[in-house]
Amino acid sequence: MNEFLQHLVNMLVLGGTYALLGIGLTLIFGIMNVVNFTHGVLYTFGAYVMFIVVQQLGLNFFLALPVAVLAGWLLGAAIELTLLRPLRGSDIDTTMLVMIGAWIAMQSGTLWIWGGVAKSVAAPFPEAPLVLGPVSVSWLRLFVLAAAALLILVTYLLINRTSLGRAMRATFQDQDTASLMGVNVDLIYTSTFAIGSSLAAAAGALLGPVYVIFPQMGDLAAVKAFAIVILGGLGNITGAVVGGFILALAEELGAGYVSSGYRDAMGFLIIIAVLIFRPTGLFARAERVG
Amino acid sequence: MKAAITVLAVAALATVPLWLRDPYLLNALITTGIFIIGAMSLNLLLGFTGQLSLGHIAFFGIGAYVSALTSLGFDIGLPGGARLVHEPWPPIVGLALAILVAGLCGYFVGLLSFRVRGAYFVIVTISFAEVVRLVALNWVELTQGPLALTNIPSIALPLAGFGELTLRTKLQNYYLVLVVGLVAYLLIARLVHSHFGRAMRGLMENETLAVSVGIDVTKTLTLAAVISAAIAGAAGSLYAHYIRIIDPEVFAFINTVTMVIMVISGGKGSLSGPGVGGLIFGLLPVALRPIMAPEAQWIAYGGVLMAILFVLPRGIVPSLAQRLVRRRSGAAALAPVALAETGVKKGA
Repeated sequence: MNEFLQHLVNMLVLGGTYALLGIGLTLIFGIMNVVNFTHGVLYTFGAYVMFIVVQQLGLNFFLALPVAVLAGWLLGAAIELTLLRPLRGSDIDTTMLVMIGAWIAMQSGTLWIWGGVAKSVAAPFPEAPLVLGPVSVSWLRLFVLAAAALLILVTYLLINRTSLGRAMRATFQDQDTASLMGVNVDLIYTSTFAIGSSLAAAAGALLGPVYVIFPQMGDLAAVKAFAIVILGGLGNITGAVVGGFILALAEELGAGYVSSGYRDAMGFLIIIAVLIFRPTGLFARAERVG
Repeated sequence: MKAAITVLAVAALATVPLWLRDPYLLNALITTGIFIIGAMSLNLLLGFTGQLSLGHIAFFGIGAYVSALTSLGFDIGLPGGARLVHEPWPPIVGLALAILVAGLCGYFVGLLSFRVRGAYFVIVTISFAEVVRLVALNWVELTQGPLALTNIPSIALPLAGFGELTLRTKLQNYYLVLVVGLVAYLLIARLVHSHFGRAMRGLMENETLAVSVGIDVTKTLTLAAVISAAIAGAAGSLYAHYIRIIDPEVFAFINTVTMVIMVISGGKGSLSGPGVGGLIFGLLPVALRPIMAPEAQWIAYGGVLMAILFVLPRGIVPSLAQRLVRRRSGAAALAPVALAETGVKKGA
């Protein structure tokens, strides 16, 4: 039982960052219909921004986090403006392959600049974990959970309570009608991609200090983000949050009770199971894409 | 005319080892050729049914592992204390089993995933490949995990009455890959021009209409997946017996991406597209190697990929064919669909 409680605590920490990754990707996938292979690179990028600001510039850890989010936002906007806007209206495979090209180029660029040796970021938290009865959790992980929860809340409010969010939802439902109603669809696309990218960068910036930072760290994160999007249904933000926590739970339990070697397989087995029994995702409206 | 170009291209490829003596380049051509066979099988799904398999390397890797294990033998424990022992069989049997097992996997993935299309199909294939990779990594007793299967024997061709010919040299393997590639090409060409091929394209262009004229969606798509997976399995088997060492890295996502790049840059739905795209992107790293640092090479690789898609969004072969036709007919522009059709019909 105690072991199970510990897994639940780990699940919460992991799930928060997975949810961030998933929300970012589901927004881009759902609104823009772009299979975004740069999502993992943005995750890596966020972690490297933490490394630069904290380790190389020697600045404050808590300052580095908003810097990483902002940098992710800017990089996302730049990718959208230079690579996706000129290809608006082309087929989904073409944009996907351009995103793959950008992923390969940016990942190799990271490798070129910082090398393949894993880096770590020192976090200003006490070494000793917080012990609550049978479970223990490090202060850094608690901070990660709190920051992820805050970002999820901010994104939720942005989508549901602001005029930008309303315009995004309108574009998701019907791009042409939204455009007729005076929504600037180009602006919505750029904002969507930038917001999604900043969330991926935030996830990387939060998990980077927990683990280590290396150029390929985003690859698995990207595939997991796809898993979360499938679980939650395309474009479904609540679904992405729940999906993030379900994936984290499955990984924790799989690693704890089956075999740690198959930890990363859990997400994929979940995808396959969901697609057999509920092909539209766990929470989606009855609608298929494609 | 297209048939003449194909014959000329094959003839040119057949003469390559006569003037190209550099073993490094010949090796690059052989591995590129093996990946082109994989890309051709991917094109059958992506180009003719419109379903993108981003886990295609799973079938390739399964073929490689099945073929390697068949020819190496294995001894594994089963639940209940029994042991399953397999004595080594000739590699050519491994090739046949690789085709069979990969095709079977294609059947199950096809059944599973053709309930869902588009983005969902992409994800289910990625997941399948990752699960297979993790099994190859963790089932150490069978696959040796990260330690890799080594000393995989070369393919030996039985010669009636004259013993057998073991294909050890690069020259022999080059021709083996060329022959298998040609067989795969002809098979796909034949398939695409059959009734079944028309059913596939009908489904891709208008599923509702195709169903209304009596095309069995599941059967057509599953059959395409089986054949595609079987060809990828054959390519994997060639790879295992040529490289002679297989580890779980064969399932790396970048290998699927390589095949997708070959198909889309060359032109999906064009029979020769994967060959053209494959030669460019298979040999690009070789060409960049002397002039750039390894990381810069991959940045350039990504850059060339993006540039091709910006200039020729439908891929090299269809876009060039369109320009050629436009110049010859003097017409300002022809409908892209009509051109794609002619490209396909004249392809054989």
